[in-house]
Amino acid sequence: MSRRVSPGRALWLGLGAAYFIIPLVATMEFSLRAGGGRYDFSAYAFILNDPRFRESFLLSFGLALETIAVALVLLVPTVYWVHLRLPRLRPVVEFISVLPFVVPAIVLVVGLLDLYRGAPEFFVGTPQILVAGYVILALPYVYRALDAGMRAIDIHTLTEAAQSLGAGWTTTLFRVILPNLQAAVLSGAFITLAIVMGEFTLANVLLFNTFSVYINYIGETHATPAAALTLISFAITWVAMLGLLGLGRQLGGRQAQIGGAR
Amino acid sequence: MRPGGLRGRRPPGLAAVIVLAPFFAYTLAFLLLPSASVLVGAFQNEQGEFTLANVAAIFEGQHLQAYINSLQISAATAAAGGLFGFLMAYAAAGGGGPPWIRTALTTFSGVAANFAGVPLAFAFIATLGTTGLLTQMLKSAGIDLYGAGFTLFSFSGLALTYLYFQMPLMILVIVPAIDGLRREWREAAANLGASGFEYWRYIGLPILWPSLLGAMVLLFGNAFAAYATPYALTQGVITLVTTQIGNVLQGNVLTDPHLGQALALGMIVVIAVAMATYAALQRRTARWVR
Repeated sequence: MSRRVSPGRALWLGLGAAYFIIPLVATMEFSLRAGGGRYDFSAYAFILNDPRFRESFLLSFGLALETIAVALVLLVPTVYWVHLRLPRLRPVVEFISVLPFVVPAIVLVVGLLDLYRGAPEFFVGTPQILVAGYVILALPYVYRALDAGMRAIDIHTLTEAAQSLGAGWTTTLFRVILPNLQAAVLSGAFITLAIVMGEFTLANVLLFNTFSVYINYIGETHATPAAALTLISFAITWVAMLGLLGLGRQLGGRQAQIGGAR
Repeated sequence: MRPGGLRGRRPPGLAAVIVLAPFFAYTLAFLLLPSASVLVGAFQNEQGEFTLANVAAIFEGQHLQAYINSLQISAATAAAGGLFGFLMAYAAAGGGGPPWIRTALTTFSGVAANFAGVPLAFAFIATLGTTGLLTQMLKSAGIDLYGAGFTLFSFSGLALTYLYFQMPLMILVIVPAIDGLRREWREAAANLGASGFEYWRYIGLPILWPSLLGAMVLLFGNAFAAYATPYALTQGVITLVTTQIGNVLQGNVLTDPHLGQALALGMIVVIAVAMATYAALQRRTARWVR
């Protein structure tokens, strides 16, 4: 069998490559513009000297870590128990976990605003409220990663072995099950990181200055730093996705997952 | 379920409640109840009485236009993204080519499908905006895009931008289906004297169509839910359902909460229909793709 690419295929691949690469090259060129046909790094200097860059980036990163923690605490025991003891409940948990696909972020925020309109300030007045919604947005992906991870290992035998050696439930979960789920847990964490770092809808409607809201704000006032931020954002997505794909190979399954802010 | 022997000291019912309660309580508070409040609130007036006025309002004027725009852009980008995504996926994964092309394409698709929203809008402004690199290069080559009536901040510009996350999604979803087309089928068809066209007409497409259609339905829902990309790109020039809801909500104050809920209900209905179609097609696909 020939290893060459036929002309028809080469045409489609070439067009596709051009479509995907040109905007990235254009963004890089745009971010280096200094007016009058000259180029320099002033857009990057502008960002690095802007305290709001640091603040919004750290806010989003912190929210991502909190979202990952809450999602794992909620889901690991649930998925484990459902696999081990209550397979009857699995369709229910699975249904709830894919429900966020039917309830997009903008719809979720309508419901949250209506439901928690009168809630106390300490709950709805700080950016931490975003975590409540972000866990829901990440739910389908984290669930799917953990579900695939639990399927790949024999949790029944592992649990029986641990318990026959005298381990309690906490020891079983933390020292036997979790270490075997490392790849699934990490891949859930990476996709959540990508989702939260790019999330715009909830933060924009609820008026919190996360990383995406900051990029949008800069875009309305300063064009070249916005292009620089776009490249930084693309790099973050790369890191998260390459981490995910590396783990996908380790897991042996197809880990092509799609999340993020549209 | 395994037979007993492993039963803890607590009755199993209690243990299940302790383990599962946080998950159900959390999803109830932040997913199920908010969704229910949208469903109920869409049929209520300010006094909490039942009314169809809000739902009727979304079939009028700018709200109806927003739905039409959203449906059109979702259908157009699902069709175009589906077609070109499939052609690229088949070119890379249809067999015969060097394996690295396939790996490169799926890896890049994983990134690009997640690269959306505000940064994506800016990447296209830097490319095809009035001072974008491609706009200027074409201009110096004698092609004046904006002079010819093109603008990035229009339906076609928005559609072109959406394709940046639609095509990669198509590639990711369709590559497994392409892998399910076995080389033996093509060889058997060729041995029986089938042309390339006949292979696709009688074998390839009949097997692939549920996957292709299902993937396009997924793309449709994906585009329909987009908010950040159109918000940052058009700043409201083109009204879509998502940005319309955003306008109603803007600033934490629900100017007309029940109208927002009715608009949101319409979105849930459209996406639920799309997802149910996808699930049905997925079941047909399962026969061929392992």
